[in-house]
Amino acid sequence: MVSGPSFWGKQVLLQGNEAMVEGALAAGCTFFAGYPITPATEISEVMSVKLPAVGGTFIQMEDEIASMGAIIGASLAGAKSMTATSGPGFSLMQENLGFACVAEVPCVVVNVMRGGPSTGLPTNVAQGDVMQARWGTHGDHPIIVLAVSSTADCFDITVKAFNLAEKYRTPVIILSDEVVGHTREKIRIPHPEEIEVVDRIRPNMPPEWYIPYEDNSRGVPPMGIFGDGYRYHVTGLIHDVRGFPTQRADEIVPFLTRIHRKISQNFFDILMVDTELADDAELLVIAYGSVARSARRAVREARERGVRAGLLQLITLWPFPRQILEPYLKKVRAVLVPEMNMGQVSRELKRINQGMTRVETLNRIDGNLITPAEILVRLLKM
Amino acid sequence: MAEVTKLIHKYLRHDKKFPHVWCPGCGNGILLGALIRAIDRTGFEKDDIVLVSGIGCAGRLPVYVDFNTLHTTHGRALTFATGVKLANPRLQVIVIMGDGDAMAIGGNHFIHAARRNLNLTAIIVNNNIYGMTGGQYSPTTPYGALATTAVYRNIEHAFSIAELAVTAGASLVARGTVYHATMLDRLIEQAIRKRGFSVLEVISHCHTQFGRRNKMGGAVDMLRWQKENAVRVEKAAEMSEEEMAGKFTIGVLVDRDLPIYTEEYRKIREAARRRLGAVK
Ligand SMILES: Cc1ncc(C[n+]2csc(CCOP(=O)(O)OP(=O)(O)O)c2C)c(N)n1
Ligand code: SF4
Repeated sequence: MVSGPSFWGKQVLLQGNEAMVEGALAAGCTFFAGYPITPATEISEVMSVKLPAVGGTFIQMEDEIASMGAIIGASLAGAKSMTATSGPGFSLMQENLGFACVAEVPCVVVNVMRGGPSTGLPTNVAQGDVMQARWGTHGDHPIIVLAVSSTADCFDITVKAFNLAEKYRTPVIILSDEVVGHTREKIRIPHPEEIEVVDRIRPNMPPEWYIPYEDNSRGVPPMGIFGDGYRYHVTGLIHDVRGFPTQRADEIVPFLTRIHRKISQNFFDILMVDTELADDAELLVIAYGSVARSARRAVREARERGVRAGLLQLITLWPFPRQILEPYLKKVRAVLVPEMNMGQVSRELKRINQGMTRVETLNRIDGNLITPAEILVRLLKM
Repeated sequence: MAEVTKLIHKYLRHDKKFPHVWCPGCGNGILLGALIRAIDRTGFEKDDIVLVSGIGCAGRLPVYVDFNTLHTTHGRALTFATGVKLANPRLQVIVIMGDGDAMAIGGNHFIHAARRNLNLTAIIVNNNIYGMTGGQYSPTTPYGALATTAVYRNIEHAFSIAELAVTAGASLVARGTVYHATMLDRLIEQAIRKRGFSVLEVISHCHTQFGRRNKMGGAVDMLRWQKENAVRVEKAAEMSEEEMAGKFTIGVLVDRDLPIYTEEYRKIREAARRRLGAVK
């Protein structure tokens, strides 16, 4: 492990998990609570070393439920906060994740995916938590989920995750996987002035005028933090604009509509994809996480053999980037979705595809990474 | 009396969410009054106080008072409070929980919070039952008592909340009742002022769910029960085991000075800066 609180402007050899810590620190994270679990543990370990050096706080809680509670509390008291876990721990966080959605508390939750269900395949790679990230907590709520595929992503996307959390006052989930988390790669950490850091909008009116959950054109009310003079009530119950519990339909509906709208009206700010050779592609591979790297190689090799293949890498998984995908679906002969689960993203893709093109899947559930060769073989047959 | 009313009005969100959700005669109202008087005596500004609660009848308390208030998930109040306190150690964080909230679903968080020793105050309203969900047995329902999920009588053995807190390592542990309201004020004040994790078990009554079912009468009868069975710690020390049978102690059980988490963490920050030669 490399030491030093940060390596601005330097080339460093880092594991994905370590790069995530650097990204969080660059974004201004000052609080981390977690509980050890493979393959996410290094995030906790490196945080415990680095956060105190920058004046922040690391705490190892008694479980993941507690970790999620603690990062919500810390965010309400003004910290940019984060936790990291893997499948079983992610399941435990779900109730409090819903709380963060309803109470509109910015925070970042990392899930370095491993094989499941249950304790599953603790040291093997998988992508089985895509739907859990979307629907794991109860009730209707929007969520932002981003997927990382490389060490460089772990840095960049973590910064973006904090920015989106602060901007939209919402938890942001980062789905990583065992291969991304443990692969060492050389990356360049940018200079502070090269990255954009967003902070939550704080109220500036006199405290007696502050209405904590009042709608505005952005759909995101300014956020008072504990101790700053704007006293209000925070609850997981459906609340009125002042934050107090309500059971009135004329307050419930506008509230739930607003928390959906603040995400939906900003789709194009939230939706991120990366493409390679996709513009003139006949065959499009849609992939995310470590599999996107195998797919990139496969697409390049297919081109060398005269097959017009392209890659569309999903970075934002939820909200699902329908608006970006549709033009491609209308154009390509077929789509291939390789993923390390029984077909979670391909299912969503089929839902939005509506007969526009042919969708083929390539699934692997044995705890091993899908290789470039496997994808290439399929592309050559399509 | 007028003075007391004026004081309470200073802290209530009277234009907001009233009437409250509690049954007439519930002990939670007495606790709310005692809490306000205690906070007023400590002299903290409203902005300095954060009231955190879990889910249950007791958990609804923060909604009525004008502090920074946080109503969390069932059993998890202490975990949220831990984050608040660590992010801003200047805030006075007071956590209100029910017995089911703190001891059943939140039992693990409770012992670890006590062990960790952050400078927090935990107030646990022990009404021996799950009030909000309608009278199911809780970890403090006495052996042999009746509940909606123990119609053939409870065969589990009750926790002593305060004694568990002593063993888990809290800095200050006390027990009071809502009947001994003036003493309750003082105990809350002492718990807030204590530097370290303080636990106050408040014996209260749920006459609608526990009292009626167990033939203990209404609110007044249950308050009388508290009066007759509570023995001050000092007096209990002079009493025999037979004399104490069926009774419980009130007052301060433990008051000790232990290293406080946030102060220890300051040393960690210094060590980390030295080790990593902070450049930031
Ligand atoms: C995860 C979860 N499980 C169950 C419940 C339902 N529930 C709400 S309040 C409560 C019990 C409250 O009892 P207690 O903590 O003793 O407080 P009281 O109502 O008696 O003040 C339960 C089980 C819940 N809200 N969340
Ligand atoms: S159900 Fe019991 S604890 Fe709840 S408000 Fe009524 S009397 Fe109080």
